[in-house]
Amino acid sequence: MTNSTNPEKNRWAAGVTPYAEMGYWQPDYVPKDTDILCAFRIVPQEGVDPIEAAAAVAGESSTATWTVVWTDRLTAHEHYQAKAYQVVPVPGTDQYIAYIAYDIDLFEEGSIANLTSSIIGNVFSFKALKSLRLEDMRIPLHYVKTFQGPAHGIVMEREYLDKYGRPLLGATTKPKLGLSARNYGRVVYEALSGGLDFTKDDENINSQPFMRWRDRFLYVMEGVNKAMAATGEIKGHYLNVTAATMEDMYERAEFAKSLGSVVVMIDLTIGYTAIQSMANWARKNGVILHLHRAGHGTYTRQKTHGVSFRVIAKWMRLAGVDHIHAGTVVGKLEGDPNMIHGYYDILRLSHIPLNPLNGIFFDQDWGSMPSLMPVASGGIHAGQMHLLLHHLGEDVILQFGGGTIGHPLGIASGATANRVALEAMILARNEGRDYVNEGPDILEAAAKWSPALRAALETWKDVTFNFASTDTPDVLATPSL
Amino acid sequence: MAFHLTQGTFSYLPPLTDDQIKRQIQYALDNDWPLSVEYTDEPHPRNTYWHMWGLPMFDQKDPAAIFYELEQCKKAFPYHYIRLNAYDRRLGRQTVALSFIVQRPGNDPGFRLVRQESPDRQIHYTIESYASMRPEGERFTE
Repeated sequence: MTNSTNPEKNRWAAGVTPYAEMGYWQPDYVPKDTDILCAFRIVPQEGVDPIEAAAAVAGESSTATWTVVWTDRLTAHEHYQAKAYQVVPVPGTDQYIAYIAYDIDLFEEGSIANLTSSIIGNVFSFKALKSLRLEDMRIPLHYVKTFQGPAHGIVMEREYLDKYGRPLLGATTKPKLGLSARNYGRVVYEALSGGLDFTKDDENINSQPFMRWRDRFLYVMEGVNKAMAATGEIKGHYLNVTAATMEDMYERAEFAKSLGSVVVMIDLTIGYTAIQSMANWARKNGVILHLHRAGHGTYTRQKTHGVSFRVIAKWMRLAGVDHIHAGTVVGKLEGDPNMIHGYYDILRLSHIPLNPLNGIFFDQDWGSMPSLMPVASGGIHAGQMHLLLHHLGEDVILQFGGGTIGHPLGIASGATANRVALEAMILARNEGRDYVNEGPDILEAAAKWSPALRAALETWKDVTFNFASTDTPDVLATPSL
Repeated sequence: MAFHLTQGTFSYLPPLTDDQIKRQIQYALDNDWPLSVEYTDEPHPRNTYWHMWGLPMFDQKDPAAIFYELEQCKKAFPYHYIRLNAYDRRLGRQTVALSFIVQRPGNDPGFRLVRQESPDRQIHYTIESYASMRPEGERFTE
């Protein structure tokens, strides 16, 4: 890896030995069922052998340091060394996919912090690599079983909310910042009484000078309860309890619970340990836990450096949240359709087979760990309902913020438009209609008797967000003739 | 505005026609989901356990027979809420897959929101069906 190594050197002689020669490259290694497997996308610096680069990643994310240390000989080091066992070039690029196996003993049970400190601890700054991306992880069932998993999961959430057979509907309160508590609760009441299941704090609504958290909670719950009385249906608002300290978060969550909120919310920015703590709290207290993936784009979006969102999705299923934002396909935010199908599979299925078309590098078996609700949010509207249902399926929360609150006839009408569009589409799908192709007709037919939907379709009929994705799978389906 | 209970999968659509109901039954059967009929005159959203009109029809694959049971339930309880449930017994699911209201009383007065004021501006809320203040069976008429 460096220029100062001597290939003839004894394995234990002091000095620098290539990682590949220290046992971190084992092309004959057969991964054990209990191993944690990682697929890294590596771009070595000019002149660096990709195998040595892969071995270096294996070394630095497990036992190695830059030089030989005699204290390795005090350990069963063969057991603790991570093993790079395959390096595959990505055609037409300077990238390689390096497969690395880690023994399960390297990780503390039930700790995302420990898992991530090992796997993404320091290798991402490694000088010998131009860039590095953790593409996927196979978490063995043995390790899965050491985590709580989603506090409630999709089945319990549906039973708790008494809502079946259709996606759930939500909206994020807008404007995100500046509303007083009283005005904020108005938006909640209008949207929920108009037909949404959930409303939502945005990620950056915590406890600012224009609206302190306790005031927001009180007015929001007035809106939630009034809407429940108006409809006879369970409603919720994701009260964001994100705060500077765990003590503050627990205080806010306890208050939300005491007011009867069915759900609270946290941001990804609070960190893995805090997320696990809140997941434990959520299960213990019977409150659904919503996670907003604030900040993930800083490390998930670029194809050659960072951590893929599919890995974050796996960590969050282990950590124990009930909802996570996972892309819309058709909305305003980044997301290749195949990649998003892959994320949704990871969140919702019990067993996900290897699928290069969706960017999935390994089989993943979750055993009986509950599934969690993906949330589709950002630039979606009622006129896309057929596409949303087609791409995202039934176990999803469709979150229409602007697409509810920006409705020309008011927020309640915006909510009604979304609910009518959704139910009309589910009815048509269940009747066996080709709802994807007939979607616009199905919506038009419903708009004949629903003025709310009529106005929504007219307002947003031509709004689409067609931009190329930055993160796409390496493999594309060959069109069949 | 008259109260309209919005529980169930299709409460924002106009009342389903018999043909529409039959197509939803067929959809459930195609998915291997047994159907059941339930009725209540207590529409509170936390009233999970509506009365069962017999057992879930695990072995009934004929949509007409299922629709017949629904009609019988309607005859027996013309002023109750009636819903049709489809159940998914698959491992990892084992819960209701589809549930929609197929009959409503004409005169549901809706819910009263009861606010219990507490210190520190806290309010504890209860919602209470106006109708269910009367005894079961006497709640909805006409």
